[in-house]
Amino acid sequence: MKNWLILGATSAIADEVMRLWAGRGYKLFLVARNQDKMDMIKADLSVRGASQVETYVLDANETTKHISLLDEADKRLGHIDGVFIAHGTLPDQKACEKSYDVAYQEIHTNALSVISLLTEVANRFEARGHGDIAVISSVAGDRGRQSNYVYGAAKALLSTYLQGLRNRLTKSNVHVLTIKPGFVDSPMTAEFDKGALWASTEQVATGIVSAVDKQRNEAYLPGFWWAIMFIIKHVPEFVFKKLSM
Amino acid sequence: MAKQYVSWGRYPYKQQKGFDFSWRDQALPENTNFLPQGNARSYGDSCMNQNGVVVSSRKLNRFIHYDQKEGLIRCEAGVTLSQILDLVEPHGWFLHVTPGTKFVTVGGALANDVHGKNHHVAGTFGCYVTQFEIMRSDGTRMICSPSENSDYFAATVGGLGLTGFIVWVELNLKKVENSAVNVENIKYNSLSEFFTLSEDSEEDYEYTVAWVDCLAKGEQAGRGHFSRANHAKNQVKPSRPKMTLSVPIDPPLSMINSLTLKAFNSLYYNRQRDERAYSTVHYDPFFYPLDGIKNWNRVYGPKGFLQFQCVVSPENSEAAIREILERISMANKGSFLAVLKVFGDVPSPGLLSFPRPGATLALDFPYQGSKTLELLDQLDNVVCQANGAIYPAKDAHMSGSHFKQYYPKFEDFKQFIDPAISSSFWSRVMEEKE
Repeated sequence: MKNWLILGATSAIADEVMRLWAGRGYKLFLVARNQDKMDMIKADLSVRGASQVETYVLDANETTKHISLLDEADKRLGHIDGVFIAHGTLPDQKACEKSYDVAYQEIHTNALSVISLLTEVANRFEARGHGDIAVISSVAGDRGRQSNYVYGAAKALLSTYLQGLRNRLTKSNVHVLTIKPGFVDSPMTAEFDKGALWASTEQVATGIVSAVDKQRNEAYLPGFWWAIMFIIKHVPEFVFKKLSM
Repeated sequence: MAKQYVSWGRYPYKQQKGFDFSWRDQALPENTNFLPQGNARSYGDSCMNQNGVVVSSRKLNRFIHYDQKEGLIRCEAGVTLSQILDLVEPHGWFLHVTPGTKFVTVGGALANDVHGKNHHVAGTFGCYVTQFEIMRSDGTRMICSPSENSDYFAATVGGLGLTGFIVWVELNLKKVENSAVNVENIKYNSLSEFFTLSEDSEEDYEYTVAWVDCLAKGEQAGRGHFSRANHAKNQVKPSRPKMTLSVPIDPPLSMINSLTLKAFNSLYYNRQRDERAYSTVHYDPFFYPLDGIKNWNRVYGPKGFLQFQCVVSPENSEAAIREILERISMANKGSFLAVLKVFGDVPSPGLLSFPRPGATLALDFPYQGSKTLELLDQLDNVVCQANGAIYPAKDAHMSGSHFKQYYPKFEDFKQFIDPAISSSFWSRVMEEKE
């Protein structure tokens, strides 16, 4: 039995992950901006076997409320064993190029809000001597590309932060998982034409649940993205800068 | 425009613009005509909308309520029968009616009023729908049940998605002891033997169906394997076979041709040496043999295939089925899977429901241009003369005049059609000249 706190609980990937956890009878504490959507998800997860489902409305960018969020989750579930962070936005790169305010907001949503929450979570889990932290980063953070480097930079910040956190918390028996999905067919990418590299949210969710179970450090999902990113990371910069990616 | 919106038979093959309807409180697309679509497992053009968009319910797949004691489940329209079975079967519940694939959505099963191997005792899927909600293009929502908005209930069950977007469905489940079925498989030699077996099995067997070797000629015409089964009562737990096969790519040509068909039909007929074989199997391979092969529709190559499923009235069942099989055999166009069953007389609840008393035969043919269409013309004429009907969910071919003869309540049905909803199928059968 495990108790999970989930941010970005109405995202398509989180929804699929929670369905799998619900089937195992876990207790789930959902955080998202929209109560109506969470209510629909709550009913579904209860039918699927979750032993308790709680909902909490919060915009993750409201970092001043993170401590009270964690207190509330602890209170309602008894305690939490794991935190799964799935919230995020896919920025309009062109808008970010025109405006620092837009770029800052995107970096705040995709990286700083997570760091705010994890600062507190890490301290609590470290003190308890156990816990799971699973965070959705992205393959986009592995190398900056002109088509979405603001998003990429935010995810790179997140990935590096998680690396350090893992290094720090290993001795406290706290597991940190960095999830790096490739292209996922979800509402966030509704506008894209889908080709052979695209994965379904179900596939990615199965990969996440398995990576948590196996206590993996980093999971490219689907796995072949590890090979793709290995190549992309190793293209020399003098070549890479001329590519239109 | 993703491939997932194309129908299962991939004929006619048309890419379609899709719109994901993911939340119950969402709005339908405005200023365009549309067609609700589930998992696009209909074979022909009834799930396609050539002049507009399809509104897909694939992401609308949450459970809403499950009464484990009473066996009642309410879920969003995009939940598949497979997802329902995974949830309820471990608690001793099963679907009253299931078609030959579990990868259809409840919305689709309702909109086509699907049937299964137990039609002779259970009737259609719609018989077990307690209520559902539809949303019309003007935004109004309506709860329909046999007692509330019963006119819309009758129009929507089997209504091919034309009466509104089905948002959620509530179903009655049936009690089973375990996940196993006891199957008896009987090799028989002629069509008349089939009808005798079918009649003899009606009372004691909940599920009956036959596979027919449709290349057999003369006295052997209609020979095949008759299988009859019941849910197991004893404490057996057969293991569930894993999905292992897949057709991962599109072959450049159809792999189904006269040579492979002859070999397959002959081998399949002779696979069982004894006249009778008994087995206890997990429900998966019994109800859903083809679900074990992912993307099996690809074996027909890029041109796709057409299904043909008819029912012919009880008075002329045997003669009509014989004639259909003869014509197929003469055209040397045997089908990979020919399935024959006798429907019962439980009334279907929908205005446009397909099942009615008589024998039903389902076949599929690779699309080979006019040759295929000419054969289907011939078969259609036999069905028409035998006072039968063709199943819209599987059709891409029947004429408008035939449709109107098969479904005389279509005039009554028209008043329930949502003004913003259209489908390729409906345009085809309505606009054709008499």
